[in-house]
Amino acid sequence: MALVRESDAEIPPAGSPVPAEAGAGSLWRLIWNVFFQNRLAVLGLGIIALMIGFCFVGPLFYHTNQVQISMYQVNQPPGARHPLGTDNVGYDVLGRLMLGGQSSLEVGFAAAILASVWGTAWGAVAGYVGGWLDAVMMRVVDSLIAIPYLLVVLILATIFVPTVPVLIIVIALVSWLATARLVRGETLSLRVRDYVLAAKGAGVRDRWIVVRHIVPNVIGTIVVAATFSVADSILLLAALSYLGLGPPPPAANWGGMLSNGLTYVYDGYWWLIYPAGLAIVLTVVAFNFIGDALRDALEVRLQQR
Amino acid sequence: MIPYIIRRIIQSVIVLIGVTIIVFIILHLLPGGPARALLGPRATALQVHEFNVQNGYNKPFWIQYGDYISHLLQGNLGYSIHYNQTVNSLLAQDLPKSVLLVGLSYLVSVVIAIPLGILQAVRRNRPVDYTLTGASFVGYSMPVFWLGILLILVFAVNLHALPPEGPQGTTIGAVLAQPLGLVLPVATLSIVTVAQFSRFMRSAAIDNLVQDYIRTARANGLSTRAVLFRHLLRNSLIPIITLIGLSLPATLSGAVITESVFNYPGMGLLLWTAATVRDYPVLLGFTVVVGAATVVGSLLADVLYAVADPRVRYA
Repeated sequence: MALVRESDAEIPPAGSPVPAEAGAGSLWRLIWNVFFQNRLAVLGLGIIALMIGFCFVGPLFYHTNQVQISMYQVNQPPGARHPLGTDNVGYDVLGRLMLGGQSSLEVGFAAAILASVWGTAWGAVAGYVGGWLDAVMMRVVDSLIAIPYLLVVLILATIFVPTVPVLIIVIALVSWLATARLVRGETLSLRVRDYVLAAKGAGVRDRWIVVRHIVPNVIGTIVVAATFSVADSILLLAALSYLGLGPPPPAANWGGMLSNGLTYVYDGYWWLIYPAGLAIVLTVVAFNFIGDALRDALEVRLQQR
Repeated sequence: MIPYIIRRIIQSVIVLIGVTIIVFIILHLLPGGPARALLGPRATALQVHEFNVQNGYNKPFWIQYGDYISHLLQGNLGYSIHYNQTVNSLLAQDLPKSVLLVGLSYLVSVVIAIPLGILQAVRRNRPVDYTLTGASFVGYSMPVFWLGILLILVFAVNLHALPPEGPQGTTIGAVLAQPLGLVLPVATLSIVTVAQFSRFMRSAAIDNLVQDYIRTARANGLSTRAVLFRHLLRNSLIPIITLIGLSLPATLSGAVITESVFNYPGMGLLLWTAATVRDYPVLLGFTVVVGAATVVGSLLADVLYAVADPRVRYA
C-alpha cells in the first residue's frame, strides 16, 4: 500500500522558485488550516487521542490482573464485574484491551519512527551523492520491494524470539523502503537549489548540508509516510499474531487477542471478537485519515511554490 | 524509446540478482546456518559437518553463491525437507491455485474500483465521495483474517449461502469444480484491493479531469458519459497496470493469510506450513519466484506504458 501512495505524491520540478522567507509563517498557517478543515483528519486525531488515553491512562483507574490466569472465570460474558467479559484463560477483556493497545501502539509508533529515520538517511544519501552509489542503493531498495514483506517477516520471526523490541525491528526492516524512495526523489531536486549550491560554495560539509538543508525540506513527505507507516505496522503486527508469531503471553496485543478470540467464533463469544477488531480498525483508519489530510495539506504547499 | 527499454531490462536483471543475493544472505543468517535449521538442535557436530560437505556449505561464500545461481538458472529451486519433494514440484502443484485466487481478485477489484474511483473524482467532496472514501479506508484498515472470519460468520454460518471453506483438492480442476467455495476467499482479498485501487483511481481521475484534452473533448460537444468513458477511462487505465505490478508482493502477503483462513490449498497455505516447520528451502524458493514475477511484471508494465503513452518522454 505504501508503494501505491508514493505515486500520488508530487515531486516539485528541479529549479522551481523557493518560497520567500517572509511568506513562510502564513504558509504554515495555510497548511494548518487545510489540515483542520478536513473533518476526517480532525476525527482521526480525536480517535488517536482517545485511544492513547484509553490504553495508557485507563489502567491507572481500571485495575485488572493481566498476569495470573484464572480458570474459575473463563469466557464469561460481559457483566457487572467484567464490563467486556473474560477471555479463555480468565483475563478481563477490557483491561486486556488497554494492555494490548499499549503494545500495538508502541510497536506501530516505534517501527514507523525507526523506518522513517533509516529510510530518510538512505534516500537522502542516495539522492545527494548520486552516481553509482545512488544506483546501487536504489537497486537494493528495488530488490527488497520485489519480495513480499510478509515472507521476510515470517522468516525473521522464525529465527528470532518475537519479543516486542524484535518485532519493532522486524517490522521497521520491511517498512523503510517507500520513505527511502520518496526522500531520494525529493533530494534529487533539492540538491540543485540555489541555497544548497550556495552552502556548497561557502565550503559547508556535505553531511551538514544534508542534515541542515535537505532533510528539513523533505520533512513533510517524511511525516506523511510515517503516519501511513504507523497504520501499516499495527496491521502487520496483527497479521503476525494471527500466524502465531506475535509476542507470547502474558504479553498482549490487539491482533493476538483477536486471533485468540477467533478460535471461539462458532461459540458466539462475541466479546472476544468485536472489541479488539474494532480497536484495530478504528486506530488504523484514524492514522490513514490523518496521513491523507497531511498529504493534501502538503500539496497546498507544493502548489504555492 | 528503445534505449529506455534496454536500460530498464538491464536494471531489472540487476534487481533480480539483488533478490537472489538477499535470499542467499537470509539463508546464511539462520542460526548455525542451514545445517542447524534443517537437522535441528540435537544434531551432532559430525552430522552437521557431513551435511555441510554433502551440500557444499563448507566452500567459500562466493563459490556457494555461484553454485546457487547455477542451480537457479537450471530451474532448480531447492528441496523441501518437510514435504520430501522438490520445491519445483510443490510450486507446480500449488502455485496455479494461488494465481487463480489472486488473478480473480484482481479482476474483481479492477472492475469495481475503476468506476468507483471515477465516480468519486466526478463527485469530489460531495457526500458520495466522503462515504466511499470512508468505506475504502475502513476496508483497507481491516485485518485480513478478521475480514475473512466476519464474511464466514455472515454468509456461511448465519445465511448458509456459501461454504465456509475454500475449494479442496490438489489440482486446479478440482478447485474450479467448486466455484461457490471461491466466492468468499476472492471477496476477502478483493475488499482490501478495491479500497486501495479506488483511492488511486480517484486521484488519477482528479488529475486527468483538469487536463486540456478533457476540456477539448467537452468543448467539441461530447456528452459527459463519452468524455468519461472514452477519454478519461482510457487514460487512467495505464497507471492501473503499473499499480497491479507494484501491489503484487503486498497482495501475495494478503493471499497467505486469506488461504490460511479459508484453508485454501494454495501457495500461501503451503508457505505458512513451511514457516511453522521452518522449511527454509520452500520459503526461499518461493521468494525468488515471486521476486522474479514482480520484477518482470513491473518491467512489462513500464514497457507497455512507454508503448501506450506517447507523451511519456524518457531522458
